[in-house]
Amino acid sequence: MIIYRYDGSFDGLLTAVFDMFVRKEEPDMLVASDCALPLFCDVLYDVCPDPEKASRVWKKMRGVLSRGAASAYMAASLSDNPDYPTHAMKFARRAVLSESSIENDFSDPAVLAVVREARRVKGEAHRLLQFIRFQKACDGTYFAMIEPLFDVLPFAVNHFVDRFSDQPFIIYDRIRDYGYHYDIEDVRRIVLSSEGMHVRTGQLDSSIMDSDEMLFQSLWRGYVDAIAIKERSNPRKQRADMPVRYWKYLTEMNNPLSE
Amino acid sequence: MKCHPRCVVNLHIPHQKEIIMTEATLEKLKILAAAAKYDVSCSSSGTVRRNDGKGVGNTVGGVGICHSFAADGRCIALLKVMLTNYCKYDCAYCINRRSNDIPRATLSVSELVGITMEFYRRNYIEGLFLSSGVVRNPDYTMERIARIAKELRTVHRFNGYIHLKSIPGASRELVSEAGRYADRMSVNIEIPNEESLKFLAPDKDYSSIYQPMNFIRQGVLECEEDRKKFVNVPRFVPAGQSTQMIVGASRDTDRDILRVSSSLYSMPTMRRVYYSGYVSVNSYDSRLPVLRQPPLVRENRLYQADWLMRFYHFKADEITDGDNPNLDLEVDPKLAWALRHPEAFPIDVNRAPYEMILRVPGIGVKSATLIVNARRYRHLDSGHLKKIGVVMKRARYFITCGELSALCIADSSPEYVRKQLTVKPKVSPLQLSFDFS
Repeated sequence: MIIYRYDGSFDGLLTAVFDMFVRKEEPDMLVASDCALPLFCDVLYDVCPDPEKASRVWKKMRGVLSRGAASAYMAASLSDNPDYPTHAMKFARRAVLSESSIENDFSDPAVLAVVREARRVKGEAHRLLQFIRFQKACDGTYFAMIEPLFDVLPFAVNHFVDRFSDQPFIIYDRIRDYGYHYDIEDVRRIVLSSEGMHVRTGQLDSSIMDSDEMLFQSLWRGYVDAIAIKERSNPRKQRADMPVRYWKYLTEMNNPLSE
Repeated sequence: MKCHPRCVVNLHIPHQKEIIMTEATLEKLKILAAAAKYDVSCSSSGTVRRNDGKGVGNTVGGVGICHSFAADGRCIALLKVMLTNYCKYDCAYCINRRSNDIPRATLSVSELVGITMEFYRRNYIEGLFLSSGVVRNPDYTMERIARIAKELRTVHRFNGYIHLKSIPGASRELVSEAGRYADRMSVNIEIPNEESLKFLAPDKDYSSIYQPMNFIRQGVLECEEDRKKFVNVPRFVPAGQSTQMIVGASRDTDRDILRVSSSLYSMPTMRRVYYSGYVSVNSYDSRLPVLRQPPLVRENRLYQADWLMRFYHFKADEITDGDNPNLDLEVDPKLAWALRHPEAFPIDVNRAPYEMILRVPGIGVKSATLIVNARRYRHLDSGHLKKIGVVMKRARYFITCGELSALCIADSSPEYVRKQLTVKPKVSPLQLSFDFS
C-alpha cells in the first residue's frame, strides 16, 4: 500500500497530487499528519507543501472544473472527515488527467465525497449567518463569539461586512482562537488576549456593555417566547434545525438573570 | 478588549437613539407577537439586494436566512408582529376578533422602528413582517403600515427584508405606496371557499381579498415593463406575494384547497401558498369544529402536495381526484399517486426523462438531478443509486436499472407495496430472562 501523508492544508493536498505525477505512482491513501496510519503500509511518503506546485495543479483543475465545482472543492477541503483527503486526491487526479469536466459523474465515489463534504462545510458556514448574535459594547462595537465545527469564519465575514457596513464589529472563533475586527473601513484578522471575561464566556461584562443591551436582549427573549404556538410544541424539530451546540452563545436560549 | 487602536479613538455612533423603550414596550411586544403568531409566512427569500454602502442591511435571496427556531419548531426569520391587535372585524377563526376579551396593545411608530433596527443590528432577524388588525377602515390601517415601511427605508436607511400585509379592501394608491418599500406583500385567503368564508367571516368576501392581490400583481408587472425601458426604476415588491389558507376550520376538502393553490400559482407573482393547521382558538364559537389538536398531519400532507406542484411537475388534479378528495394521511401524496398508477412503473432510471424520474417515490429533486447527470458517464446500477442518496427501500418497487430487481409494483399489487411501506416490521423483544414464576 502506498500512503502519502500531508499537513492538512489545501496547498499540501494539491502538492500531494503534483508529487504523485512526479513519482509516477498512484497512492492508495492520503492521510493528514495528525491521523493514525493504517496497519500495513509499504511506502510512506511525506508531502512537503509547496505553493508553487499547488498553484500549478490548481490552475489545471480550474481549467477543467466549473466555478461552482471549484468553490465546492475548496470548501470541502475544510472538512474534518478523516477519509476525505483520499477522495479529494483521487478527484484531483481525475480532474488533472481528464480533458472534459468530471464534476457531474456522481457515480464516482470521489466526486460524491466532494459534493457531500462541500455541502457539510457550506451548511456550517450558513449556520454562522443564522446563529451569530451580536452584543453591543459601550464603545459602539458589536461583539459575537462562535464555535463552528469547521474553520468557516472567512466564508461568513464578507456577508457581515456588507450587511453592517456602518457598524464596527468583532466576530471571534473561540476554538481556533482568532477572529475578525471590522472598523467601518477595513477588516483585520485579530487574536484577543485571553484574560478578558468576554473571551472566556462569550458574554460581554456589564462594565463594557452598552446601557441598553440588556433591555434588547430581554425584548428578544420575550419575543421568541411569545411567537411559539404552545399547542404545536415540537422541541425535536427545534433541535434539528438549531443544533444544541449553538445554544451556548444564542441570546434567546440563555437567560443570565434566571441563573 | 485588545483590538486595533483606531477602534478606541473612533467612537463612531452610527445611530442615535431618540426613543426610550421600557418594560411596557416588552409587554406590548409580547402581546402583539402572540397576536401575529398564527401567520405562517416567515420567509426572507426571493430577492438579492446588496448594501449600497449608505444604509444598513442587505438581503441574500436563495433560501433566505432563518435566525432562530421557536419551541414549536417554526423558524424565526423576520420580526413578525402586529402594529395593533385591535380589530373591527369579527372573523370566527381569528384570535384577534372584536368579541374576544384579550389584552390589546398598539405599538408606536418609533417603538416598532427602534425594535426592528436594534434587533437587526444584533443579527436576530432578517427584517420585519408587519401585519395589523383593521382599525377604523382598511385604508386608514393600510396607510399606517405603509408609513412604517417608508420611515424604515427613508429615515433609517433600512435595507433589509420587509414583508407587509395588505389589508383586504385597501385602495390601489395605498397598496402601491406600500409596495414601493416592501420586498414581499401578502393577502391571506384564509378559507378556500367563498361561501365558507362568508359564513365564518361576515365582514369579508373574495373580491376584497383578490382585489389587493391584483393591485400587487399589476404593480409588479408595470414595474417590470418600466425596468426594460429605464435603468433607475425602483423595484416594486421584488420578492412577489404570498398567501395563506387555514386547514380544518371549514368543511372544505384537500381537493378544494389544492385547486385554489394551483390557480394562485398560475398568477405570475404568487410565490408561496402557506397552509396553517387550525388551532382551536375560539372554541366557544359553534360555527367552528372542536379540535383537540391542530390537524398537523393533514397540514404536512398539504405542504407535500404543494411541493409536488411546485417542484415535481404534478398537477392539482393528479394529486387528488374525484374518488379521493382528501389526501391519504397514511402515505405521502407522491407515494399515493404511484400506488394509484401502477401502470406507470417500472421506470428505467438509465433512460427515462427527468420528469418521470421525479415521480418515483424515494427519489427527490436532488437525487433526480444527480441521476440524469451521472448516467451520461456510465450505466447506473442499484449500488450507484444508493450512494447517490436514493431511498432504495421505497424506490425499489418502482424502478428498473438492468438488474434482477425486487418485486415491482406492476408485477405485484398496490396493496402489497402499500403494506410493505407502511407496516413497520415487528421487532421481537430480546429475551433477557426466563419467567419462572
